Amino acid sequence: MSAFPTNFARAAIVATAAVSLAGCGINAIPTAEEQAKAKWADVQAAFQERANLIPNLAAVTKGAGANEKGILMGVTEARAKATSIQVNAADLNDPAKMKAFQDAQNQLGSGIGRLLVSVEAYPNIKSNDNYLALQSQVEGSENRIRVAIRDYNEAVRQYNTEIRTFPSVVGAKVIYGSKPMVPYEAATPGAEVAPSLEGKI
Amino acid sequence: MGPRPFLAQAMSALLMLAALLVPAWAQAQSFPALTGPVVDAANVIPDDQEARIAQKVVALKTQSQRQLQVVTVSSLEGYDIADYANRLFRDWQLGDKERNDGVMLLVAPGERKLRIEVGYGMEGTVTDAISFLVINKVIVPKFKEGDMPGGIEAGTDALIKQMSLPAEEAQKAAAEASVSRDSGVSFDPALMFWLVIFLLFFVLPMIRRIAGGRRYESSGVGQVILWSVLEGMARGGSSGGGGWSSGGGGGGGWSGGGGSSGGGGASGSW
Repeated sequence: MSAFPTNFARAAIVATAAVSLAGCGINAIPTAEEQAKAKWADVQAAFQERANLIPNLAAVTKGAGANEKGILMGVTEARAKATSIQVNAADLNDPAKMKAFQDAQNQLGSGIGRLLVSVEAYPNIKSNDNYLALQSQVEGSENRIRVAIRDYNEAVRQYNTEIRTFPSVVGAKVIYGSKPMVPYEAATPGAEVAPSLEGKI
Repeated sequence: MGPRPFLAQAMSALLMLAALLVPAWAQAQSFPALTGPVVDAANVIPDDQEARIAQKVVALKTQSQRQLQVVTVSSLEGYDIADYANRLFRDWQLGDKERNDGVMLLVAPGERKLRIEVGYGMEGTVTDAISFLVINKVIVPKFKEGDMPGGIEAGTDALIKQMSLPAEEAQKAAAEASVSRDSGVSFDPALMFWLVIFLLFFVLPMIRRIAGGRRYESSGVGQVILWSVLEGMARGGSSGGGGWSSGGGGGGGWSGGGGSSGGGGASGSW
């Protein structure tokens, strides 16, 4: 029976070590990080979905007899630029790369907005069902982008809080060397607001 | 009889704590309660018509397992309807957790706005373009004539038609649903890991120690411990594997199944 205290002490040390390691965020930090990365993938997918609508938008615009070469060219260029700038999951804590991505997407977004507004001026396009359906898709993709950004920002907030609060801050500093991630900010006020269809039908 | 009242007390204290915590967390924005397939918080649908719409929605759920939710609110509380709809959808967790197959028709008579919000898993079936057409070709014309209940019912019919499955697929979905309802037991790998550690470092030494002294009693004690641990494991696992929502039957038991939406669908106004 003399072995009992040492055995018990050893077991207790193992258990305490395991619990305190878990308390340092050894699991919580990667979980929050992967969550934020996954949400970022959703953001990129949502932007890609919008970019994919542009050829259809161009075709319908031309088909309706709209002569908006200048704007169309601007949109096409903005799309090429926006799709060429990607931020992969490892660069999410690089503010410069995030800024470049945001700028490119904002430029594309305002280009699409201008195209929609100028196309509205053509009387025959408002009754074109293809155009209306396409416009609803553009609106839908803008809305999805907004939701994806909101989810991403929330995940980033959780991750950044996790790595800066006790006890996870210990694990973040000692084990992972975690850096805070950059949230996605709307550069121009209202840039994330979907274009309204009000009065256009 | 000693430990029973204590356990019951501890349980009820825990439940009360949970009840205190959950609403405080959920009430960042005030949403109506999810009381049934049709939540007419703005009170614009006559009762008999509401019952008829609810019946159709429940029939859809029985046929395809997909969840359609009709809701009217008296105010959007200053939020954009797309934003409000998405938050409400997520608050109610419409649709199944795995399939995310919920769709919500939201009407805000005060703001004269409406929206069809589509869960992740239904975006291919109820596309943005289809939602747009349902809103602007089916619902809004009736709303403009002042027939709000008629517009809502017509819109519900159109959505049900879109969401219904062909007969054989429907049978498959129903069969899968009843299977997944039965096999709720699942093991959490992290729990398993800790249990193995526990067995190795605590239970095994204890058994050995006892076995060292009296060999006959030992196996009995060891087995009792082992079995109670295994039993607890199975019970713990099954409670964690939820996510199925009832709603096939009559009025009771209509709830969200853990589904989410990423902002699919379309908005409109009249």
